[in-house]
Order: sequence, then C-alpha cells, then structure tokens
Amino acid sequence: MKFTLNWLKDHLETEAGLDEILSTLNSIGLEVEGVENPAEKLAPFTVAEVLEAEPHPDADKLRVCKVSTGTETLQIVCGAPNARAGIKVVLGQPGAYVPGLDVTLKKAKIRGVESNGMMCSVRELELGDEHDGIIELPEDAPVGQAFADYAKLDDPVIEIAITPNRQDCLGVHGIARDLAAAGLGTLKPLKATAVGGEYESDVTVSIDLPEGAEDACPIFIGRKFTGVKNGDSPKWLQDRLKAIGLRPISALVDVTNYISYDLGRPLHVYDANKLTGNLKARLAEAGESFLALDGKTYTAEGGETVIADDAGVQGFGGIIGGEDTGCDETTTDVILEVAYFDPKRTAITGRKHGIITDARYRFERGVDPLFVETGAEIASQMILNLCGGKPSTLFQAGVTPDWGRAVPFRASRVKTLGGVDLSADESLAILDRLGFTVIGDDPYTVEVPSWRRDVEGEADIVEEVLRIHGYDNIPSVQLPVTDHKAGTTLSPRQKRARAAKRRLAAVGLHETMTWSFMNRTLATLFGGGNDCLIVDNPVSSELDCMRPSVLPNLVEAAQRNRDRGAQGVALFEVGPVYLDDTEKGQLLVATGIRAGRFADRHWATSTRTVDVFDAKRDAMAALEAVGAPVANLQAFDEAPDYYHPGRSGTLRLGPKNVLASFGELHPKALKGLDADGPVVGFEVYLDRIPQPKKTDAARPALTVSNLQSVERDFAFLVERDTKVADLVRAVKGSDKTFITDVSVFDVYEGKGVPEGQKSIALSVLLTPTDATFADKDIEAIAGRVCAAAEKATGAVLRS
Amino acid sequence: MQEQISALRDALTAQIGSAADLQALEDIRVAALGKKGSVSGLMKGLGGMSPEERKEMGPALNGLKTEVADALAARKDVLEDAALEARLTAERVDVTLPVMDHPAGTIHPVSQVMDEIAEIFASLGFDVAEGPDLESDFHNFTALNIPEEHPARQDHDTFYLTPDENGDRKVLRTHTSPVQIRTMLSKKPPIRIIAPGRTYRNDSDATHTPMFHQVEGLVIDRDTHLGHLKGTLEAFLKAFFEVDAVTLRLRPSYFPFTEPSMEVDVQCSFNEGSVKIGDGNDWLEILGSGMVHPNVLRACNLDPNEYQGFAFGVGIDRLAMLKYGMNDLRAFFDADLRWLKHYGFAALDLPTIAGGLSK
Repeated sequence: MKFTLNWLKDHLETEAGLDEILSTLNSIGLEVEGVENPAEKLAPFTVAEVLEAEPHPDADKLRVCKVSTGTETLQIVCGAPNARAGIKVVLGQPGAYVPGLDVTLKKAKIRGVESNGMMCSVRELELGDEHDGIIELPEDAPVGQAFADYAKLDDPVIEIAITPNRQDCLGVHGIARDLAAAGLGTLKPLKATAVGGEYESDVTVSIDLPEGAEDACPIFIGRKFTGVKNGDSPKWLQDRLKAIGLRPISALVDVTNYISYDLGRPLHVYDANKLTGNLKARLAEAGESFLALDGKTYTAEGGETVIADDAGVQGFGGIIGGEDTGCDETTTDVILEVAYFDPKRTAITGRKHGIITDARYRFERGVDPLFVETGAEIASQMILNLCGGKPSTLFQAGVTPDWGRAVPFRASRVKTLGGVDLSADESLAILDRLGFTVIGDDPYTVEVPSWRRDVEGEADIVEEVLRIHGYDNIPSVQLPVTDHKAGTTLSPRQKRARAAKRRLAAVGLHETMTWSFMNRTLATLFGGGNDCLIVDNPVSSELDCMRPSVLPNLVEAAQRNRDRGAQGVALFEVGPVYLDDTEKGQLLVATGIRAGRFADRHWATSTRTVDVFDAKRDAMAALEAVGAPVANLQAFDEAPDYYHPGRSGTLRLGPKNVLASFGELHPKALKGLDADGPVVGFEVYLDRIPQPKKTDAARPALTVSNLQSVERDFAFLVERDTKVADLVRAVKGSDKTFITDVSVFDVYEGKGVPEGQKSIALSVLLTPTDATFADKDIEAIAGRVCAAAEKATGAVLRS
Repeated sequence: MQEQISALRDALTAQIGSAADLQALEDIRVAALGKKGSVSGLMKGLGGMSPEERKEMGPALNGLKTEVADALAARKDVLEDAALEARLTAERVDVTLPVMDHPAGTIHPVSQVMDEIAEIFASLGFDVAEGPDLESDFHNFTALNIPEEHPARQDHDTFYLTPDENGDRKVLRTHTSPVQIRTMLSKKPPIRIIAPGRTYRNDSDATHTPMFHQVEGLVIDRDTHLGHLKGTLEAFLKAFFEVDAVTLRLRPSYFPFTEPSMEVDVQCSFNEGSVKIGDGNDWLEILGSGMVHPNVLRACNLDPNEYQGFAFGVGIDRLAMLKYGMNDLRAFFDADLRWLKHYGFAALDLPTIAGGLSK
C-alpha cells in the first residue's frame, strides 16, 4: 500500500514530521517497506528554455539546441522529435543522475558536436511511462527554478506492508485513523454530502442469488450520470496516482482508483450507453464468458459472482469489469456501481482465474460493509466535480449486511495475556480512539466498528490496546523454572539421529542436506515413484516426487564434486524418506555413500577405490552409534535391486527386520544418475532399531583374570560359496567358556588351494578362567573348534 | 711374577682398548678370563705357591682380574653405545614427510545449529517435538486458524501432493507449526516444546529455496503471557548469538494462529556485508511470534479460558547464516564438498551449555 505524505495529511491533522510518522507506522504494525521522495532524486533538474534548435550537421534526427538555464546558455544535442525553439523543458546538466536511464550525465560530443546536458522525458525522470519526447512545461514555467519545486514533487511516497487482517488500512483514511489513535494527530472527518438526484435512473439493478449464496452480494447501490465529460483527470489527481505507481486513464476511471486507495472502497463505472437493459448480480453459469478490462477473455466455471446485463456477463463482481461496457473518452452517460462482495467467493474466483486487481485485493480481505451508501455519495460528488453531468437518485438492490459485532473484554487481560500493566481507563481510551464503542462495566462489551472485521474476540481487543499503547512496553519476564528432567529434551529417535550424524562425520563422511523431493523417474529407479507421493505443483519437473531413498541425491552430489575434480567423495545425510503419504510412511534414514578413491593417494599406503566393505563398515559404525545390537545382526546377501546383485547385502535383526542395506551401486542405477562408478552406499533405518531396554546407568561389575590368554590360529578349507559368517559363528559357539574372540585374518583362493575352495584363516582368542591352559586343554578346545567348523560348513583344517 | 702380571695387564689393556666390536671384545674376555684364559691360567698357579707367595700374589692376581673385568665392561659400554648410535643413525627417517590424516568428516551447519538450539531450550525446560513432512490440511492450516479461503493461504506457496481417490490431498508442511497442533492434541499442558524440521514452499530464487528449516516454539500453561515470550526470546537469542545482551523490537503483525501477534527485530550492525547481533543502530527482522490464538487452542480441545501460551517460529538456515556468515542459502543444499568442509563442524564439536556453543 502506497500513499504520499500530503495525501495522508488530507486525512490527518498532524504536526508530526516524516520520521515520527514512519516510526509510528512501524510501531503500530503498519510496517514501512520504503520511503522515496521524488524531489530528492530529481534535485539537480531545473526548468530551462530552448532558445534555438538547429539541425545537427551530421545526423538527420538530432538537433543542436541552445538552452537557457536562466544564468547561462548551454549547447545541447537532443534527439527528441519535439525539441524546438521556444519550449520550456526539464534540464539536467553534467553531473546529474538520470534515474530512468541509470546514468550520470557528462559533457559529451555527439557526432562531433559538443553537448552539455540533457533535456529529459517523463520516463527518464521516472515520473511515468511516456517517452514520446522531452517534457514540455507550460509557458509560464519559471526558467532556472528547481524542477521538483516547480512540479511540487516534494511529497515523500511511503510504502507500507499491510497484513491480511488490516483491510481497514488499504485506504489512506484508515491509516490516518490508526495514526491518530496512536497520538499522532487528529483524524479529519470525511466530507460526505448526499448528492441530490435529479431524476430516476432508467437502468436499475437486481440481485438474483440462489438460497445459500445470498451473501455473495448482499447490497448493490448505483447511480446514473448523464452528460458527463470523461477527459483527463486534473493534474493533482494524476500526480497522486502516478506517485503510487498507478497510470491515469480517464477522469471516471481515475475516480474509482482514487477512492479505492483513499477510502479502501472499490467502485466500478459502466458506460450506460453500452449496457443492454438492466444490471443484475447473480452467479455465473458454466461457460459464460466476457472480455475483461485487462484484455483477456474469461470463461466462468459456474458459480462465480458476476454482474451481468441483459446481454450477458459484464464482469466478475468485485474483481474485474468488462471491456465492452467500460468507460472511455466518448462516454457521456455513466452507471456507478458501489456494491459489497463477500471475501470468500472473491478470493476463490480471483484465484481460480488468476486475476489480481486492487478491487479483488480489498474485497477478499473484506471492505467496510456499512460504507456502501456513503462511499456512493463521495464518489458521486467527485464524479460531478471532475466530469460534470446530471446525477440520478441512487438505486439499490439488497440491504446493508448485518454488522453489530460485540465482544466481551476484561481490562485485566491486558496484563494477564499481554503482560502490560495498563489501567482500564487507558485501555478504554485507546479503543475509543480506534472507533470501538465500550459499553457497561468490566467485563465490558466492546462494539467492533464495521471496518474491523478482523476483531473477533478478547485477544484481538488486547492486541489493539497493546498495539496502540506500544509493544515496547511489554516487559521481559523469565518463564518459571520447572522440574524438567535432564536428558529428556530429545526423544530416543532424535538422539539416534544425532548419534548417527556425529559418528558418520567421525569416520570421515561429510553431512549434507538435500531436497526431500526428486525426479520421479529416478525415484522409480530407487523403489519409489508411487502415485501418492507425486508433488502436484512441483517447483520443477526435476523435483516432482517425494524421495524413496537419499542415495540418488548423494550420488548426484558426489558426481558434481567429482566433476569439479574431487577424486574421492564421502557424503551422508540423516533425513526422511517416504514410502507413502502417511505419517508412518516417513522413515528416518541415515544414508551415506563413498565414491571413487577411498582416500587420497599417500606415500605410506597403497591407493584403492571404495568397495562394498567400506559401505558395510560405515553402516555398522552408524548402527553401533545408535545403540543397535550389532553383535546380533546377521548379514544377508539380498539387497534392493539398485545395488550390485553380487556385492550388496542387508543387516538384519532376525530374518525379517532389515536395519540396514549396503553395497556397491548397480551400474544401471549409476547410469540413470549419470554418475561414474565405483560408488558404494548404505542406508540405516533408524526407526527400525528396537528400543534398548531401559537399564541402570551403572555397568555390571567387571571380572577379569590375571591369567594370560592364548591366541591360536586355524586355517580352514571351505567351499567357495560358504559364508564366512557361518564358519565364525560355529567356531565361536564351539566353546562358550574359553573362546572370547574370533577374527578372520586371511581369505585366500588360488595356488595351493583346491579349485572351488577357499582358505579362511581364523585367529581364536582363548582366555583361561581359573588356571593357565595346559597343552592338553588347548588341544581339546582346538578339537571342538574343528569339529564345530566341519559340522557347520564342512570345513577341513588346512594341513 | 709381578713382572708377568704387569706385562699381562698392559697387553690386555691394550687389546681391550683396541677391540673394534663386541665380538672381538668377547674373544679377549674368553682369552683372558675364560677357563683356559691367560688370567685364569695365572690364578691356577696360586695353588702351587707357598702361603707367603700366595699372600702376596693372591691380591695381585685378583686385582688383575678385577681390572681386566672392569676394562672389559667399560669397553663394552663404549662399543654398545657406538653400535646403538650406528643403528639409530641408520634408522633415521625424514620426519618432514606428511602423515595420513585421521578420517574427518563434517557436520552440516543446520544440524549444528539445531543442536545448539536444542541445548539452549533444554536449559529452559523445553522438549524437542517433531511431526511428519507430509501433513494434512487440518494440521497445516485449518487447526491453525487458516480456513480454506483465508488470504494467508496464498502467502504460503504451498506444495500439494496429488489428491487421492477421495479428493484429499496432503501438503508439504509450509511451516513447523503443525507440530504445535500435534503436541497439544497428544499432551496435556503445561507444554514447553521446540519443533525443528524441514519445511517447504514453492519458491525458488536467490534468497528462497523450495525446502528450508524452521524451528517452532510453543509454551502452553495457565498464565503464560507476552512478557514470558519476550523474556524467552531474549534468553534464546542472547545464548545463541553468544552476546552479553540483545535488544529486541517487537512490532505488531499478523499470523492467523496467534493473537496478539508480533514480529521480532533484533538490534544489530551491518558492516561490509556481515551482521553483528547485539549492538548497533540497525534492526534485523528475525522471527514471528505471538500468543496462541484461542481458535487454535479450541481446535486442540483446550479451553482458552483455562490455558494460554505463546508460539514462535524462526528460520534455522537464516540463524546459521547470521551466526556463521554464509551469504547464500542455496549453497546449504548443494552438497559442495568445499562448502561443507569450510562451513561444517567437526564430529566432536558438540555444542553444550557448559563447554560453549561455538568454539
């Protein structure tokens, strides 16, 4: 919402300066978004006179002008078609900044002729769009005077943001009322005198709304004017409209725009001679169409509130009028429309058809329902003043909508809800200044003025009082201390997310945050793409589906990094994936990848690329960090099909609960992502990890023996497809008393090992309990180890 | 005899002194003190001596033996030192060679800032709540007093999922405020929660990304008022920006789910593109807040005559930018390793109240 300082002063009697007005606007909730004084930016420009204008010797379209500044005569080369001797112009001399061109003028030679400045057009000075030629000022414009002073441009333009609840401040009068209430002066009453109608209008209006939709347009007041002259509106009006960025069109249209901004009351004018029969407010039938004032043809879906004549729809009520019945310079007879359209339907229709107008903006926020007739009289008076003509009496359909809203108010609520100690008297005085009427004793009944449809309850009243009294007066109070228990701030799930992040960063992966949505084709490649997860209005087709996995995002990110030269990339993200659109369908997953080199090349080690076991190790690290029972997990060689079928697996707790998957990415998946291999990845499903039983913080007592433990190595020959985990489990289980650890220290296939077999070397740690092992003890255990290994996997001790 | 001892002493001393290595020294020892050694040979002769001779020669021979043994030991030390010296010299490496780095990944600034926020609010007695990203219209709008045709809905640039067969469609939550609703529906007051998380709006330009992070705060009790809101926000911002004091400017504003509503500016100074919170002559709009609207309480089955409280919402990415100096929001979601390493945090940089939030 834009207005100028002088415009505001039409409604507000005040001594306050600009700065005070701006800071008060901010403090009462009318946030100042910008202030611009056109006089400041046009300060260097002056009124000048063209004394001579001769053709340029070298250019047909240029003229060499002698221009008087009042103190000297300058030579200026000008290309404007209207540059000629005798006209008064707006002159900028070298050093002046021309806002519309974004250049600072310099002395220049134009086609070999010196030029000492520039005569400007309207557009070059950002005073409008016109650029047909340079500005021609009236003959009596005093040469040498500052142009801003001459043109009375010294009127700052203020732009404020209006929150959706403050429809009353979509007119300058409402803003003035708020400022007056805040102590910045006195609100000037509106001058509304009833225009005496001279005849009865031949055009009338009816409202024809079905049951249940009567509120679409409860009242429609109109008036006819005959014999008007619809020329340009006066300069003061044009200046005001231009100052706030509106284009003057014609006196009649300018009046409607002016009143819309001055009083927040949208109006419409019809050329009476273009109407067929009478006006009617009704709901549209599907398929009815009209050419609107914005040059577009709109076809109703049915149910929109329209104003129609006997020929058909002439506009969407409260949104936009029709071109066919619009006013232009030939208009002599006019119908003025002052109606009330309900906010909901206005919003729906406006959104459905994508029409944004000042009228829609106001009606969908709710204009003052009691300001219909007064608005009509003020508009009528203005039309008569500017265009002349003969007014009819007012005609009307429908009745003024019911208002009469009252809310209860306890003065103590300013303290108990707002925290501010304020006497009841002060609160009531503020309400009075805002136009509220307070009745009775505490609890009071507060009658809400018709322009404040946003005020519905006591909390709103408290806000009004606080807002005008000043939010600065709200004290700072600490919340009372509670018996909040330490460590309960985060849920177990949140603690897991945190632990997984910290651990994965510790093992060398970099945390990312990537979009929750991705391209549907990719999503499908990674097991997603369900219809229920498609974004209806995506920001781009690349982001049209909720992600089933974070892997694609990470792979793409890794590729971007590799394209920039990174040889090895390790990334992770702990975030949501979506199986369906339900709450339970959103899973929290720790996902990571490694791509390319495992580590930078280094003199102390050999270089290798990442492999499936890196991914398994990362997955295990994350699982361990979040408290999963890692020792009880079983690795299965089945994994989702976006992994390499022979180099991937899942980690499960029991046969069904998949806690993690890991593996080398399938070459086809990488191709779909346009990424280079090798890439390995893992996904740890944090929600699926069982909650550990709540235990005491204390650990069980540690019992250790001072006796030396013994390490014995075994090399077994097994079939090539034997799972080493089965062998290890069997060996571990062969003696639960003394075997405390089993590790695999060599896996070998090749020379010395029979075809189709592999050699697995295990180191078994034996820990005595109450006496050192004798050779025969160790032999006995070794025997059990071999027997168990053979039984479980057919393993034979390698000789 | 004395001459013999003396000659042997001189000879042995000379041999020991010139022994080149430990083996040569051992040979000398065996040749002198071994069973068949020269000194041992002389010692054996003691048995055939008269008591007087023995009385004279015994100590002399023992003296020789001790002297030789000492000389051997001394020489052995020297040779051992030399051998060690030689070995150590041979073992010399170039310690200027670069070592392998321990693996070191990073924590994303958004995670770090979320941890910081949780730490601060934990000290104020808050819990961290969460809710789904794919929300019902009820939780995201209706219960928050934003009915179907409310103008505020248009400001939300909502992403919608495709409607199901009943015409219902989920929204990608436009704010973390639906967690307020979920919390109030599932838990009786007193309530103190923050709800950090992902939020989505159909907006993409230099300062907007279609996904971003917000944290919502909610306090519901019987007599919580705007003063408590101000006090809490001051405590939070002071702790978060690690400054001695912050000055807030509260401006009346409008949010459908709060009444009274306010936007909160914090005093700051702008200097060459960076912002310093805590002093200065400028104001930075930092968050929106207010007292929970009675309609919202009612939608959560709470009686507004009994319960009241405040709510606030703030952008986490923006807080991170203000504190840690990033200037491009889009880079947060780009996973550029150079950015992650520069702005990320070490795994062990866990923010705590005791140890400090940033280092």
